[in-house]
Parts: sequence; C-alpha cells; structure tokens
Amino acid sequence: MAVHAALADLSLREAAARIRTGAMTAVDLVRAVLARCDERDERLGAVLARGDESALAAAEAVDRSLAAGGDVGPLAGVPIGLKDNICTRDLPTTAGSRMLEHFQPAYDATVVERLRAAGAIPVVKLNCDEFAMGSSTENSAFRPTRNPWDPSRVPGGSSGGSAAAVAAGLCAGALGTDTGGSIRLPASFCGVVGVKPSYGRVSRYGVIAYASSLDQVGPVTRDVADAALLLGVIAGHDPRDSTSSPRPTPDFAAALDDGVRGLRIGLPREYFVEGMQPEVETAVRGAVDRLQELGATVTPVTLPHTPYAIATYYLVATAEASSNLARYDGVRYGRRAESSGGVEEMYRTSRGEGFGTEVKRRIMLGTYVLSAGYYDAYYVKAQRARTAIAADFRRAFETCDVLAAPVAPTTAFRLGERLDDPVTMYLSDILTISANLAGIPALSVPCGQDAGGLPVGLQLLGRPFDEATLLRVAAAHEATGDWPERRPPA
Amino acid sequence: MAITRDEVRRVAALARLHLSADEEARLAGDLDHILSAFATLQALDTTGLEPMRPVDVADAPLRPDGAVNPPAADALLEQAPDRQGRLFHVPRIIE
Repeated sequence: MAVHAALADLSLREAAARIRTGAMTAVDLVRAVLARCDERDERLGAVLARGDESALAAAEAVDRSLAAGGDVGPLAGVPIGLKDNICTRDLPTTAGSRMLEHFQPAYDATVVERLRAAGAIPVVKLNCDEFAMGSSTENSAFRPTRNPWDPSRVPGGSSGGSAAAVAAGLCAGALGTDTGGSIRLPASFCGVVGVKPSYGRVSRYGVIAYASSLDQVGPVTRDVADAALLLGVIAGHDPRDSTSSPRPTPDFAAALDDGVRGLRIGLPREYFVEGMQPEVETAVRGAVDRLQELGATVTPVTLPHTPYAIATYYLVATAEASSNLARYDGVRYGRRAESSGGVEEMYRTSRGEGFGTEVKRRIMLGTYVLSAGYYDAYYVKAQRARTAIAADFRRAFETCDVLAAPVAPTTAFRLGERLDDPVTMYLSDILTISANLAGIPALSVPCGQDAGGLPVGLQLLGRPFDEATLLRVAAAHEATGDWPERRPPA
Repeated sequence: MAITRDEVRRVAALARLHLSADEEARLAGDLDHILSAFATLQALDTTGLEPMRPVDVADAPLRPDGAVNPPAADALLEQAPDRQGRLFHVPRIIE
C-alpha cells in the first residue's frame, strides 16, 4: 500500500520518466491510481466512471512497446482523468446530467485523441456540475464532490472532480473545462495548478458545449511544469473546431526556469475586493512580494469595467447555453421521457425530466434574454459591455506583462452554504469570469493556506496566447515554496 | 420589473421545457432576483461600443469543403432512444 501511495503521487513528468526508463511499469502505475481510487473516492465522490479494463490494457500495450524498444509518446503510460463533459469512445460521458446518464460517445474529443497519441491513458471520468454550470460541483445530478482538504467543504466547480482527483492522487493529471472559472476556482480550492488557455488555443471538438464563445479545455496538475507539459500535448489547431487558432503551439516548458527579472506585474485594484477573506489577500500579496524580490516590478492597474462582469457573463453564457442545450430533444441520443402525446410533448417532458434545477434556471434566463423585446436590452447590451471589459485588459497589458490577483475572494466554502441563492453562488466567479469574456489565458497556482489549512490560489492573467509567460511566472512563484509537496490528508 | 408566472410559462414554452407548478413559482422569483441584481449593467454607457466578436476572423481559417462524415452512422444510431432500422423514431409530429 505504501508503494501504491508513493506512485499515485508522482508528478506526470516523473511518472513518464520512470516508465520510459523501465524503473516502473505502466501497469504498476495504473494499478496504483486505481487502488487510490478504491481507498479515497467513496469519501470524495470525484469519479463518475472508471475504465479499469481499458486502462490496464492500454498500460500493457505501453509496457510491451517499451520492452520491444518502440517509440512512445511524452506521456506514455501516464493515467489521466477527464472531466465528464469531454467525450471518450471507451467510457460513458454524462456531463453530470441525467439527460446523458447512459450516453456513450461514438468518438473521442480532439483533446482525448491527442492525449492517447502522446501515450497517456484515460483512466477516470470526473464529476462536475451538470453541463459545467456551477461553482461547487453540487449541481452534479449524481452526487457532490467533496474537497480532499476538508470533506465538509466544496471542491469548487464546475471541474471539481478534476481538481479533487488530482489533489488526492486519483490520477496523475486531469483535464477540466473553464467557461467562467471552472478550472481555476476548483484548482484554487483544492491546492493544485489549473490553466484556462486563451480562447482558441485548445480544440473544443467533442467537448459538450455550455457557452461556446467562452468554453476552453485546460490542464489540472500538481505542479506548474506538469501543466506546461499537458497543455503542450492538448493545444493546437483543429480543423474540426472552427474557433481553434492556427497559431503554432510553443514549447510551454522551454522558458519555465527563466525567472521574472524585469517582468512587469500589474495588480488590478478591482480584484482586491471589499469583504475578501483576509488570509486570501495576505497570501496573494505575499506571493507578489516574493516575485518582486526575484526582480519583477509591480504596479497597480485598473480594470474599470470589472463591476459589470458578473451580469455580462451570466447574460452571455446563459443565452449561449439555452441555444446549445436545445439539441437535447430526446430524438438522437440522451434521455427520452415516456410520453403518450406528440413530439412537442415528448421534447418538453424529456427536457423537464432530464435537466436539473440550475440547468433549467440558466436555460430559462438565456431564453428570456434572447426573446423578442429583450434581446437588445440584455444580450446585445452584454456583448457591448464585453467589448469594454476586453478593452480594459488591452490597456492594462500596454504597461504590464501579467496581472496577479486572487482566484476567489474566499477559500472553499461549506457544502450547501450557497445553494439557496443563485446570485450568491454566481458571485463566487467574480474574479475569474473576465478572463473568459476577454478570451485571455489565466491560471491558478497554490500560494498559501488559511488558518483551517484550506488552500489559497494565486491567479495570473496574461495577454492572448501568452500562456508561456504565465507559466514562467507561476514556476518562479512555485519555486519560492513547497506548494507541490503539500498534499491533502489521506 | 417583476417576472410573472405567465412570463415564466411563455419562456418555458419557447425553451420546450416542462416545469412543475413549484418550479414555475420558484423560477419566477429566481429570474426576478437575478435580473434585478444584473440591472447594474443598464447603468453602463455602451454608446459607440460594438458587440464583442470573440473570434478574430484572421484566426479562423477555412477548411476544405469535403465530406468526411466519421464516425459511421451505425455507431451514432446506437444511441437513439427509439429507432426503426436506420431511422430515428419519434412520436407523431402532425397533430
């Protein structure tokens, strides 16, 4: 068991290196993470599906290929977890919804194809808020995920299963999706690294759509170098996603050790909000001070349209969601209700049965703001405000290379605490949604713990397609502490 | 501006979404609460601002217009809740 425990906590890089050099087999590593799932997931609720057989078969194939001197990919034999809104041809994909409870995709998402081509082994599908709509993973139709640092707390959302699983060693790394903070918030709450890439950096093909102009897939890992490695594998142009960028993918790991000397870090005034938990502010400002000691310059900046971001986001995202979720009609796949009426009644009852409370709320809000008479006042207005929010960032990046801020005003909150009031829950996203609205990259990296031991995340935001600088700053910060070694209690 | 139950029913009809009476009542309150909280946006002067276009056109290249059609139709039909042979089966459409 002790051997398993050690293997399940290896970094992606270390695990891949050990497998490549024959120091351990891929089968041993897959067995170790499956054993870790057996030990811990009953309490955590991070895993929705396990591919024990397919993962062990894939691991055996990697081991055979290595024994025969074959050429294997950079992630050969490494077990990866996938948020359950990412399609996999060999594992069910539910998006955390009753609507897709028995859905088995006929194909892999592009990011999954790329992982497999690099030798990685999809081993678990991970819990999330239904259709990625939520900030706590309590909106999963199946069960909530709990925070591995304190099971009475949420892991954040919507990629809460991904962050909890990586923190607890249920997989070596994971993918999540981030529409308004859904990678960064759980990464912050669970003490792991999470990256939301620039819009267009990573293909969305085969990723169940929530709000298509905001959704991005990104890595969740235990350290920054692993995030750089995983992002490099999944990034790049995909003709099957018309919004995927043709820009070349840089080697994100190349400059990780270059330090921050001469780099200009901006501190957005509006992101240090009133009512913020003091320990969060202290941890984030402490991290920025250390970057300054390493040679970065720090200047205050202003993002004046920040107060409009929550309204802008929830109007744009729900409008897009109401349109995207129109496809769940009970005809081609997904849930169909028993109904004696005509096709219209079948649509209504299938959707009424298949969708949960928050999804219905967002479909209703989105349909309302797109409906005749309200379209200009809400939807077009929000898209104009979005232009103003993006312009704030462009101005800030004229004088700064990156922005540093908290990920959320608080550490992980208690299960149930924000379920009664949707607006209070929406405010959890106040510091993360602007990056999605503007399409810029942003990440969360651990920078401290509160008095109760709950992790605090440092958020770094960068220019479009400049993930490399974000990762370099995050790596410099990470080297000032022992963050990746701090693991939640078993 | 209060959202009425009739308004909720109108929107639910557009969304093809069956709601119970309880859900209608709760959603009327929720939508009202959310839209009131979002009323701050109306105070923003957006004169001269174009609605955001998230994708830079130069960044969105065209692809060859060829049929690819993977995966096979049979694999997709496997997921149909109800089918007859190679067809999706639905309740009657013309009442």
